[in-house]
Amino acid sequence: MNTDKLQFTVPPKAKMASFILMAIGLISIIAMFMMDTNEDPEYNHNRAWSNIFSSAFFFMGISLAAAFFLGLQYAAEAGWATTIKRVMEAVTMYLPWGLSFLMLFFIVSQLHLNHFYVWMDPTVAEHDPIVASKMGYFGAFWWIRTVLYMIAWIWFTFKLRKNSIDADKLDIDVNNSYHWKNVKLGAWFMVVFGVTSSTSAWDWLLSIDIHWFSTLYGWYAFSGMWISAMVTITMLIVWLKKLGYLDFVTESTVHDMGKWMFAISFLWTYLYFSQFMLIWYSDIPEEVIYFQTRWESYKALMWTVLFVNFAFPMVMLMSRDSKRNFFFLIFVGTIILVGHFLDVIMMVMPGTVGHHWTGLSWMEFGTFFFFLGLFIYVVLNALTKAPLRVKNHPYINESLHHSI
Amino acid sequence: MHAESEIRDPLILGSKNYRQITDDIIAPIEGKAAKGWYVLLTICALTFLWGIGCLAYTIGVGIGAWGSNNAADWAWDITNFVWWIGIGHAGTLISAVLLLFRQKWRMAINRSAEAMTIFAVLCAAIFVTLHTGRPWLDYMLFPLPNQFGSLWPNFNSPLLWDVFAVSTYATVSIVFWYIGLIPDFAMIRDRVIKPWQKKFYGLLSFGWGGSARHWSRFEEVSLVLAGLSTPLVFSVHSIVSFDFATSVVPGWHTTIFPPYFVSGAVFSGFAMVLTLMLVVRKIYKLEAYLTIKHIEYMNIVIIVTGSIVGVAYLTELFIAWYSGVEWEQYAFLNRATGPLAWSYWAMMTCNVISPQLFWFKKIRTSIVATFLLSIVVNIGMWFERFVIIVPTLLRTFLPSTWNTYTPSFIDIGIFIGTIGMFGTFFLLFSRYFPVIAQAELKTILKQSGEAQKKESANHSHAHSHAH
Repeated sequence: MNTDKLQFTVPPKAKMASFILMAIGLISIIAMFMMDTNEDPEYNHNRAWSNIFSSAFFFMGISLAAAFFLGLQYAAEAGWATTIKRVMEAVTMYLPWGLSFLMLFFIVSQLHLNHFYVWMDPTVAEHDPIVASKMGYFGAFWWIRTVLYMIAWIWFTFKLRKNSIDADKLDIDVNNSYHWKNVKLGAWFMVVFGVTSSTSAWDWLLSIDIHWFSTLYGWYAFSGMWISAMVTITMLIVWLKKLGYLDFVTESTVHDMGKWMFAISFLWTYLYFSQFMLIWYSDIPEEVIYFQTRWESYKALMWTVLFVNFAFPMVMLMSRDSKRNFFFLIFVGTIILVGHFLDVIMMVMPGTVGHHWTGLSWMEFGTFFFFLGLFIYVVLNALTKAPLRVKNHPYINESLHHSI
Repeated sequence: MHAESEIRDPLILGSKNYRQITDDIIAPIEGKAAKGWYVLLTICALTFLWGIGCLAYTIGVGIGAWGSNNAADWAWDITNFVWWIGIGHAGTLISAVLLLFRQKWRMAINRSAEAMTIFAVLCAAIFVTLHTGRPWLDYMLFPLPNQFGSLWPNFNSPLLWDVFAVSTYATVSIVFWYIGLIPDFAMIRDRVIKPWQKKFYGLLSFGWGGSARHWSRFEEVSLVLAGLSTPLVFSVHSIVSFDFATSVVPGWHTTIFPPYFVSGAVFSGFAMVLTLMLVVRKIYKLEAYLTIKHIEYMNIVIIVTGSIVGVAYLTELFIAWYSGVEWEQYAFLNRATGPLAWSYWAMMTCNVISPQLFWFKKIRTSIVATFLLSIVVNIGMWFERFVIIVPTLLRTFLPSTWNTYTPSFIDIGIFIGTIGMFGTFFLLFSRYFPVIAQAELKTILKQSGEAQKKESANHSHAHSHAH
């Protein structure tokens, strides 16, 4: 095996690309704040702020769900993905960055520099009895939860990574002690994540539409993160293989990642459809308002999201050959990734921008590019920090010989 | 060639060879049945008969014989229907989803779990046919030409979707189960001596020859069926949940229902598989194939699905408060503190708290604890459906229509009867059909047999010392 290929160095072109993306993004963000105005005095750059939040949340979600998937591998005693563990770990390393941007955003919102969360404005509860009835859950309690999620997620992610790297430093890990540590950690992370993935979705996303509620919402938000993470990891593996790295990752492993992309696309669709259909069918005014706004002012986007995230991957990833074709995986993956970014836009914009929406524009993509550039930079940099193949891992042989 | 890590526990204990596996699994079919089998069969058959009596009485006098009333127009009938359908889910999950996930441990339990699925669906079918009140008109559930009668079924109704979902599910499950049985029937055909037995198993085995081409087709069909059944695992119980969630009834209309019902179904299904397999393991002495590790894996599935159900319960409670909708809030207050509050707390204890005991390795590897907890979970999941249906219907929007509910002895009789029927069928199955998919099991012997694993470990150690 070509050992020098175990150490990744960021290709100058990729580094350049990430800087260019960030520069374009930064210019777009500045331009967006200057141009996103409205005759409504309450509007207050709503769309610009919503864009910042959507992109920051989308990329944070990718690394959070990657951490979930990594923990799941340990908890489920899965062996097939051992050769791609380092790629997953690198994706999780963006988590503190993603969470920092969200934290900054929340602080800015709390300082009333925007109208993103209406409940942050104390005057709203005075004349809105529904908001008033929920205030016990928001305010200080909301802040405590937000800080706790962030600490817990970062702690688990870093601990999983640290154990993995420490195991590499040993000549031979006789009792697989680091592996068993991560198994325990992974199981506990599943428990913590199982609760906080829902509650954080209520706190950060559901509360945008403060009057609206849906019990499925947390799982639906999570499924969107999960599929985005699977797509990102797959595309990263394919790209690294093209560069000549990861020659020890078998085609079967890539095929399995393709299956995950296919399967989680269905999971997302299942949850999206369940939520939509039940609300549409019962037609209760308090609930149906959510989709009514979307149907009236975001119809094209609503259909695009459903088509790109459901029909498209279903048709394109159905066959075995397509899941083993690198061009196909990159092509389908890029489109799905954009599709799920648009899904986040659909979760956010109708509640903040509402009927002022004028259709997708450079503002959405400009902001997206900034965070994409940063994400690429951070993840590729994290990839250089450790060998691409884990050394002392009890399942590494299973994964090296993985063949289906 | 697949590699298997040394740290994985063996799935076949002792030093078995292919011949011994055949001998062990065919033993109940070739040998005389144990006394325990006859005792259990008699009990089950008598209960089944009692159920048939209650069922006949219901058909004779109408469903006025039940405890259902104007408020609780669904009660034990739909509770039992959903309970049985849910139990069936583990079979499909084990055979389809775990096949796609390449979980080798499924091979010890898939055959029995699939059989269980089919029997459970039959039990469920009894309640769903009977609850219409006039079962002789049940053909109206199917889309028939208009000349046949004046009414088309209402395609907007989730009750009709249920007819399609459950019948598709039953069909695919039977096909899946049968395809898996073919090589095993052939094995029995080649072993039995009596001519009528040879003929019988020969017919059942469809002329299986065991050639490479047969196996290749067998595996292909298994994968295709697994692909078809995986959506079914989700669709059936999602559609059952739509029966409730498409309504505007507080406590029923909630969007989390589909995935939460699916998870609950797998939860109860695994509990039932454990209850049955622990008995089968004991009666037929299958300790080498159904190891403690298998039990542990199943218990882990129970913790996971039970916790998902727990999160869903809490989500419902939270969102009821958060929504600010008084009706919604009252529905849950009524469940937790109303006249039937004991059933709510029975559900919470059995489904959310008790499975958490499996976090302790001592408990999840203990056979007695597992057996007891599996029954507790089954009880809890029955109460879950009861809590969703009865207390909710007893107190809807108009207090003047509020009512109370007590089941009649006919209700109880039919329910107990289906348990008897389920037991009878399962006992007959375990006597005449191979309870473990021996042909599939043999494919993992080289990697996961205890002796084989030890041998390959010694080999690789010797290898590394030579360097």
